[in-house]
Formats: sequence, C-alpha cells, structure tokens
Amino acid sequence: MNKLQKKILVILLLLCLITPIGILLPAYFNTGDAWGEWSAQTVKELVGYVPRGLAKYSGIWKAPLPDYNVKSADRSIVHKSGYYIVSGIIGATVTYVVMLLISKLIIRNGE
Amino acid sequence: MHIPDGYLSPQTYIPLFGVFVSVAAVAVKKVKDEVSARNIPYLGMAAAFSFIIMMFNLPVPGGTTGHAVGSAVIAIIFGPWAAMLAVSVALIIQALVFGDGGITAIGANCFNMAIFMPFTAYYIFKLLSKNTTGKSRISFAAFISGYLSLVMAAILTAVEFGIQPLIASTPDGKALYCPYDLSIAIPAMAIEHMLLFGIVEGIITAIIVNYFLKTEPTLIYAFRNRGKNE
Repeated sequence: MNKLQKKILVILLLLCLITPIGILLPAYFNTGDAWGEWSAQTVKELVGYVPRGLAKYSGIWKAPLPDYNVKSADRSIVHKSGYYIVSGIIGATVTYVVMLLISKLIIRNGE
Repeated sequence: MHIPDGYLSPQTYIPLFGVFVSVAAVAVKKVKDEVSARNIPYLGMAAAFSFIIMMFNLPVPGGTTGHAVGSAVIAIIFGPWAAMLAVSVALIIQALVFGDGGITAIGANCFNMAIFMPFTAYYIFKLLSKNTTGKSRISFAAFISGYLSLVMAAILTAVEFGIQPLIASTPDGKALYCPYDLSIAIPAMAIEHMLLFGIVEGIITAIIVNYFLKTEPTLIYAFRNRGKNE
C-alpha cells in the first residue's frame, strides 16, 4: 500500500469518527426522515392511511443493524452517536473488503 | 434518496432490478479491461468512502434530511464503470445490513445512485473540462458535475416515487405504494437537493478532484487519453 492509499485510509477512519454529525444536526434542527423514507406509521399520519402494498412490503426485511443503530430502544443521543460510529466502521470495512475482493476477482491485468 | 421497501410497485422495481443486473454485468467486463491492478485498493476505498459519506445526513428547512452520495468524484477519478460497481456495493450493504434502502428497491436505488448518477457526472465533467488544464476551470467542472448529477438523480428518484399512484391504486383512489404523485414528489426532491445536498456533493467532488490533480494526476480516469483523441 502506497503513501496516498495509507493517507486515504486514515481520512476514511477520521470521517467514520465524525459520522454522528449525520444524526446530531438533524436532531438539533428537529427534522424528520428523508423525503420518501417514512415508516408505515408516519405515512399514516401524513396521508391518513397506510397504502396496502406499503403495509405488505415495509417489514419484508429485518436488517441486523437497522438505522445504523445497535440498540434501538436506547434513546440517549450520546449512545446513539457511539452506535452510529460503530455502524459506520463496520459498514465501511465490510464495503471495503467486499469491493476489494470483487476487484481482485475481476482485474487481472497489470502488475 | 434510498427508496425503502413498499414504496415501489413490482412493475417498477423488477424492471429496474433487471437493468441493474445487466449494467453490472457490462461493468464487470469494462472494469476488467480498463482498470489496472494497481488501482484495486483505491476501488475498495472508493466504495467505503461512498458508504461513509451517505451517513452524513443534513437537515433542510421543511423538515427532511438528505445527503451526498460520492458517485460523481468516484466516476471522475476511477471511471463511471468502476464507480458503478463501488457505489452498488455500498448501497447493497446499506440495504442488507442497515435497512437503509429496501431489499426490493436495491435495483432501483443502484440504478439511480450507482448507474445514472456516475455516468451523468462523468459526462458533465468531460464536457466542461474539455480543452482545459486550468485548475479553476477543472474545479468548476467538478463542482457542477457533482451538483447536477445529484440533483438529476434525485429527480429521477422522484419520478419513480411519483408514478406509483398512476401505476397502482385501489378503485377508490388510494395508492398501493408511494402515495404522492409527480406534482409533489418532484418539487420536494428537486428543491432540497438543489438548495443543499447538491452543493455538498459539488464541493466534495471539487476538493477531491483537485487533490488528486495535485498528487496523482496520472490516476484520473477522466484525463486518460488526453491529447490523443480530444
């Protein structure tokens, strides 16, 4: 790994450590979900009913770490920030490794 | 911009999944032909970068949030085909592990953020940086490429949301999937991406392209073959 690559990895790690900005800023301004990413419950509040297809599909997948959170019952923003960092590091590492493996399988030219 | 499960009808997400799989197959072949092995570590980092940058949710007036994607800068530096694979990996892991974006919407989300966006960004950048080596012109081209590609991808996403009431409603007029039509979805998605998230994508794109231009200019895919066929 060359100098630039090491530098990029350090920057990526630093970015992971400041990811809680991504939950703290929206919490500070009291903003809700991204447009079109509401839960079935929120859609009911917005339009008065839960579309039938939405009700059927919205719970189709149980992600192991939903919303980049480890314990969704834990409402402390400090703990949530910690879980967010952990999720970021796990997700970025898995993404990095998977992409690395795919690239190694695909690319054989050079070197 | 991550469409969850239940917002798109099967008539929408199945074709988009088909498009995604076909384009991914072409991308594998293209990356095999045109990316050298020395770039493998960068591709892993590019995918991780996209994953991380999408975690930075920013609030906008009006009560919603959004984020940059990173597709534009990856497309300029490593090429749109490599960007397609890298951002797809990030999006699929977000859906599977973190429930960000639906399982049924993986094809649609990859189509919007990993196919449409990097290719749009790449060609806008090529067009605007043509015949120039000036640093400020290149930074400007990178900014506009990031800004416009994100805004256009957001509008494309809004179209997918907004056609749902037309495709699938009950006889009494209730939507089966996304309840908002085009007249609501497009302005909502376009305005917030024009006002904030597009600017963030543009700034990130300009800063990173600038940095690579200074330190590793030979790496930049968009500047390959310069002087030969341009």
